[in-house]
Amino acid sequence: MTPSHDVVLVGGGGAGLRAAIAIAETNSKLSVAVVSKVYPMRSHTVSAEGGAAGVISPDDSLDEHAYDTISGGDWLCDQDAVEAFVKEAPQELLRLEHWGCPWSRETDGRIAVRPFGGMKKMRTWFAADKTGFHMLHTLFQTSLKYASVARYDEWFVTRLLVDEGRVQGVVAIDLKSGRIDAITARAVILCTGGCGRVFPFTTNAAIKNGDGMALAYRAGVPLKDMEFVQYHPTGLPFTGILITEAARSEGGYLVNKDGYRYLQDYALGKPQPQPVFRTMELGPRDRLSQAFMKELEKGRTIDTPYGPVVHLDLRHLGQKKISAKIPFVRELCLKYQNLDPVKDLIPVRPVVHYMMGGVHTDINGATLLPGLYAAGEVACVSINGANRLGSNSLPELLVFGTRAGRTAAEYASLGLEVTSRVLAQSDDERRRLEGELLNHKGRERIADLRDEMQKTMEESAGIYRSGASLARGVERLRGIQERSSDIAIEDQSKTFNTERTAALELSFMLDVAEAIVTSALHREESRGAHQRTDFPKRDDQRFLSHSLIYRNLDGPSRVEYLPVTMTRWPPAERVYGEAAPNEGQHHVAGSALPSGTGV
Amino acid sequence: MRDSITLQVARYRPEQESEATFDEHEVPCPKEWVVLDGLNHIKDRIDGTLSYRWSCRMGICGSCGMTVNGEPKLTCATFLSEYGRGPVRVEPLRNFPVIRDLIVDMGDFMRKLVRVKPWIVRQAEKPLSEGEYRQTPEELDDYKQFSMCITCMLCYAACPIYGLDPKFIGPAAIALAQRYNLDSRDEGASERMEVLSEHEGIWGCTFVGECTKVCPKHVDPAGAIQRYKLTAAVESMKSFFMPRGA
Repeated sequence: MTPSHDVVLVGGGGAGLRAAIAIAETNSKLSVAVVSKVYPMRSHTVSAEGGAAGVISPDDSLDEHAYDTISGGDWLCDQDAVEAFVKEAPQELLRLEHWGCPWSRETDGRIAVRPFGGMKKMRTWFAADKTGFHMLHTLFQTSLKYASVARYDEWFVTRLLVDEGRVQGVVAIDLKSGRIDAITARAVILCTGGCGRVFPFTTNAAIKNGDGMALAYRAGVPLKDMEFVQYHPTGLPFTGILITEAARSEGGYLVNKDGYRYLQDYALGKPQPQPVFRTMELGPRDRLSQAFMKELEKGRTIDTPYGPVVHLDLRHLGQKKISAKIPFVRELCLKYQNLDPVKDLIPVRPVVHYMMGGVHTDINGATLLPGLYAAGEVACVSINGANRLGSNSLPELLVFGTRAGRTAAEYASLGLEVTSRVLAQSDDERRRLEGELLNHKGRERIADLRDEMQKTMEESAGIYRSGASLARGVERLRGIQERSSDIAIEDQSKTFNTERTAALELSFMLDVAEAIVTSALHREESRGAHQRTDFPKRDDQRFLSHSLIYRNLDGPSRVEYLPVTMTRWPPAERVYGEAAPNEGQHHVAGSALPSGTGV
Repeated sequence: MRDSITLQVARYRPEQESEATFDEHEVPCPKEWVVLDGLNHIKDRIDGTLSYRWSCRMGICGSCGMTVNGEPKLTCATFLSEYGRGPVRVEPLRNFPVIRDLIVDMGDFMRKLVRVKPWIVRQAEKPLSEGEYRQTPEELDDYKQFSMCITCMLCYAACPIYGLDPKFIGPAAIALAQRYNLDSRDEGASERMEVLSEHEGIWGCTFVGECTKVCPKHVDPAGAIQRYKLTAAVESMKSFFMPRGA
């Protein structure tokens, strides 16, 4: 019998689990299913390190968090969404505390907070430097107590079922048995995270293939602001493993081959021995990654077998602070780079980290397709605009996971019935997955096409792009897309067929890649993480608006624009360093950080 | 240094084979490569049918545990160069049913995990408006180590008790129960006791300590088990002298 639920969640990471709990607490009579291609505690939320922003200190305010977020996003954030986000973030983080999240503490037992890039107050909650890991496990373990939450662990969703203009479920493969079935539902929430794997060098886990973005896009739902891809300035070469921003907020320096703190040359303020809010190493990620590219042009980076790097210097922090505040950084450097940050410089380079864009949703996670919702990195509300600030993504998945969960619960309670036509769609999908895909004797290797896609993305839509590079990218992707119809799948087994899922993931990624490059080609300005060498200035006249890209089966995708929602912060120049508005220079350390802060 | 190394990889496809066989492949071994890179090389360049789990490649998601030359390891954190001239034999984790190739069935653990109630249990919830539960760094230190468990299953693969008696609730589940028992915010220890103290529970462990040796995150499940045995012994003495609820 076809399994059926009130709400199906695709993805069991932070957003999915938070949404599941929100639904269970809103109405325990609603049956909820978490459908995830991995066991939920394997989800990529687990890799988030530095922290989660939420105003908690008496000297901080919601307006300051909102301003930092909006200026950090180069005025592309929807300000009503940002206001809701900053207001609800502290409550959500507190709720996780009540559920057992092992937040780091002050000596008196209160929650401790740390500074973070682009933030002008200390408001980042942290659990040492494994914040995402602890949040995910807290959410997963807490979710186990709700009887109304069913799980489909290691079920791979291949398409959305849509009829009568509303979503009615999904088709999924149970990887263990190979069974392919519809899981019908009155509402579906996409919580599948990002798509970093469309690029060659990324912090993202192997499972980050833009599944949910492609599922929505194929169902006619527009993707928003897909041209905005965040490069994190500090990834380890070769592996792309992230060295958290917390390493800099605790006082780390970025230096070039001459040992010079080069960020001072890029309008990020003057170097001080101690970290200063919104200055130098605590500038926003887009600016720091762009500064790296300029250093590369000037020949001031260091060459390695895995490309040019700069150095992150933590040595002056000392072993005690490193071990207390950023122990995972040390563990990762020792294990994967064979160096000890207590006495060695860490080689780092910008690495694709986060997708500001995603499935277009409103402030409650609703998409344009009735019954379909999205939350977390897969979605674009947008609170992140053209550049997300570090430590805003973890609270985002809580705030908007909760909102999407509640809204979907309300919609599911209307009790709309599943139509018989979607079961026929499901049969079609089964035939495609078992027939065409498995029996096709193709010639193209999955890994070859994936490599070419990734190379194309880096060359056409990297930190700096141009109309010419993007137009070439569109062409090349079209060629790869064509070749992908002749893919070779040797594995004919139904049992845990990971070659078939790799082919499906490649096809998701190709659709998402096309959306990124096409959206980037249309935006003829430079804003935040989207830097066009042929249009180097921000252009508020033409582009103070979100891009919406619609898939078109018969021809090129269609790009439209939607004005940004403004409430109280009119567009202004983004200023970092000592010239930043409304503030003198505020050192982070010193009085702000009590010496006995626990971890 | 050799520029390639031999990987002997266990294969088992239930539709084709009744027992596991081994495939041998030469893979490159630059010094940065871990065992998982070798497996990915095979899957991407030589044989797309090889099946295994992996995701984060940074030792935190817990997906890629396998048996490497007889020992349970996270393959993303195990360098090929550690094995000198090779060969390197990669098999699924022991003590679990094998679904296919290097993929084991961990359903048993998932069911056991729920039984130990790995969540905060309280008589009365504090309203959010009253803020956080205060917890000093020292109180946090009491359970922090046990909260580091990534449920990678290496400890179950190494546990001789679990190997003999699959009813044993096992190292990670006990460590996670202790993670909550020792949390100053939790009041659920007595509810967990029934599951942890039952015959095949905590008493099954003879302090072999293999779980702690193989744990990639220094969780020390053996320590959790020994510490809990003491608590359980004291509690059972108490209940012997004092009826429940006294």
